[in-house]
Amino acid sequence: MNRMWAIVERELRRFKRSPTLIVISMVFPLVQLVVLGYAFGGNVKHLKIGVVDQDGGIPAVPVRELAMAVAGGAQTFDTILYADQGQAVNDLRDGRINGVLTIPPEFSRRVLSKNDPHVALIEDNTDNFVAATLVGAAGSLLSGFGPPTPMPRISPVPQLDVVEVYPYVPYVQYLLPGSITMSIFMMVMIGGGIIFIDDKARGLHEGYLVTPISKLELVAGFNLSGTIKAVLAGVSIMIVGSLISGIPMALDPMRLLRLTLVIVVTAFALISMMFLIMVRVTDPLTPRAIFGVLNTLLYFPSGAVYPQQGFPKWMQLIAVVDPFTYAVHAFKDLLLKNTGLGAITFDLFYLLAFSAVCMTAATLLFKRTL
Amino acid sequence: MATPAIDVRNIVKKYGDFEAVKGITFDVAEGEIFGLLGPNGAGKSTLIRMMTTLLQPTSGTAIVGGHDVVKDANGVRQTIGVIPQNMTTDLELSVEENLIIFAKLYGVPREKRDRLIDQLLEFVELTQWRDAQVKNLSGGMRRRVEIARGLVHEPKIFFLDEPTTGLDPVSRVNVWEMLTRIQTERKLTILITTHYMDEADKLCDRIAIVDHGELKALDTPMRLKMSVPTDNVLEVNFASTPPGWIEKLKTLPEVETVVGDDHFFKISSKNAPATTMAMLDAAASAGVTVQTLSVASTTLDDVFVHYTGRALRDALQDASPNESAFMLRRQ
Repeated sequence: MNRMWAIVERELRRFKRSPTLIVISMVFPLVQLVVLGYAFGGNVKHLKIGVVDQDGGIPAVPVRELAMAVAGGAQTFDTILYADQGQAVNDLRDGRINGVLTIPPEFSRRVLSKNDPHVALIEDNTDNFVAATLVGAAGSLLSGFGPPTPMPRISPVPQLDVVEVYPYVPYVQYLLPGSITMSIFMMVMIGGGIIFIDDKARGLHEGYLVTPISKLELVAGFNLSGTIKAVLAGVSIMIVGSLISGIPMALDPMRLLRLTLVIVVTAFALISMMFLIMVRVTDPLTPRAIFGVLNTLLYFPSGAVYPQQGFPKWMQLIAVVDPFTYAVHAFKDLLLKNTGLGAITFDLFYLLAFSAVCMTAATLLFKRTL
Repeated sequence: MATPAIDVRNIVKKYGDFEAVKGITFDVAEGEIFGLLGPNGAGKSTLIRMMTTLLQPTSGTAIVGGHDVVKDANGVRQTIGVIPQNMTTDLELSVEENLIIFAKLYGVPREKRDRLIDQLLEFVELTQWRDAQVKNLSGGMRRRVEIARGLVHEPKIFFLDEPTTGLDPVSRVNVWEMLTRIQTERKLTILITTHYMDEADKLCDRIAIVDHGELKALDTPMRLKMSVPTDNVLEVNFASTPPGWIEKLKTLPEVETVVGDDHFFKISSKNAPATTMAMLDAAASAGVTVQTLSVASTTLDDVFVHYTGRALRDALQDASPNESAFMLRRQ
């Protein structure tokens, strides 16, 4: 297998001389982690809500005061008082405000007669996140309306007690497992797939095809060098990402060791898959064209950004075979729950089996001639 | 008769209905520089790729260095050095690193490797550039790196597919000199493909003219030129001539007319090389000294026209669009 090591040496020496490649494949996952993590993870604030008091009675005053208290306190929304409901709705439709809280004309009478009083929230539901936040804020606002009701010492109905096993997980930490997997994939795609096909297109592979290297040595050499490159990318993003997102005990050596093991296995699985996809490709445009599709197809169904239970059936089927799913699951266990290897045995088993299948198929399909 | 270094018998390569090589047969003797001459799309590269195990023949056989290219491909690979048409050197690596990697790919033992690399770098005059990245070298220097790389495992047979294409005239001459030296010093058998007439003429012991996948002619450059009937003029200046010398010149083979005075003669011939040889023999036996001789002789271009029915430069321009595209796809 000495010839295999010659291929590995060649690839790594070239890699060392390509700082642009290293930077590009590492910057994207980090940028994505930081931008997506903080874009999705924060609380929505300063939504603009129009308040229309059509009632004008005394019971309506606390509703307006509560709305202004939210604006001054949690700052979920800022209130704008409207005298005219029509004007408020027009502003809502024109996007100047996000919702209209209307106190209807009979509100006071119904409050005083305890006859089912209502407050209306007219919302712009084109943005689900904003709409849900407004409903939540308006709901909690109304719960503070009226005199406080004393809680019975012994509840007659079952109560739910929630116990959180782990410390609060900000969204940026939730995204980190996906970002590490993405960095491995990026390196596999750029440093493995694209370079391999570009070399082919330039005729560079003719140079080693005329040497006595065997098919297995060639495939193993490319896979091993690709794995090493992807592991370097994965470990770098794992450490930098853990520090940026504030993972507790980020530099615990035992955890780093377990994480590195998952990175190695994931890198091997993804490079084997990449090599299988590219083994018969000759057109340098092909890997670039499938890059985006493959990225979307593997990253999003994996549960890296959203729980898989929310996916439609067909997407769940993709998730079952997607190697990202198992890598992301293993990283989540190790990073967010600090589990041992026992919890991720199946993930490792799947990734290794996936690698073996792809590697075997790629070796069989690899053409030793042009 | 000694076993030929390369023995190709009725070799055929088909891509679907297209027949790139149509049953070519030839052999190359040990220590010979053999040229495959023809335009782009003629089938030269396909032929060399079959001999170097990069392509499997559709039918026929090729024995290279005593190994069958199909049955014992690794045996062939161990015996040959190959410079493919495309530059296949890693641009990011240094000159020395390229040689080291290929020495390892060929399984050259470590103790031998360093010595060989030193010798080769000196041979291709790149010793002072050994640590330079190949991307910083000129085209001619890169070709020399490839020549060194192709010799790093001491092959017996050296294949070069259009080694000087794209090089400037000075670099081309440099590569020619290098190949001639390799052949002389290392007793290598060299097979080279080219579409340059001057390259084939200057370098090759024998030339095979290939066109449309067929072997059109095969012989030494001189014999190929002599085999083509042409109407040429010899201009000879003799120191002194005996009486009746003009009559003697008229009797030489292939001569059509002779005009001249006591010293200077113009001889019109159907076959300039044949007449020249006979005239020099006659002058030597009559004790006549030839002071100057100029011959508007046959070129390989004339040979190419004679055997293929078209000029090589036209063939290069005409290389059928389909074939050219096909060759590009195959690369």
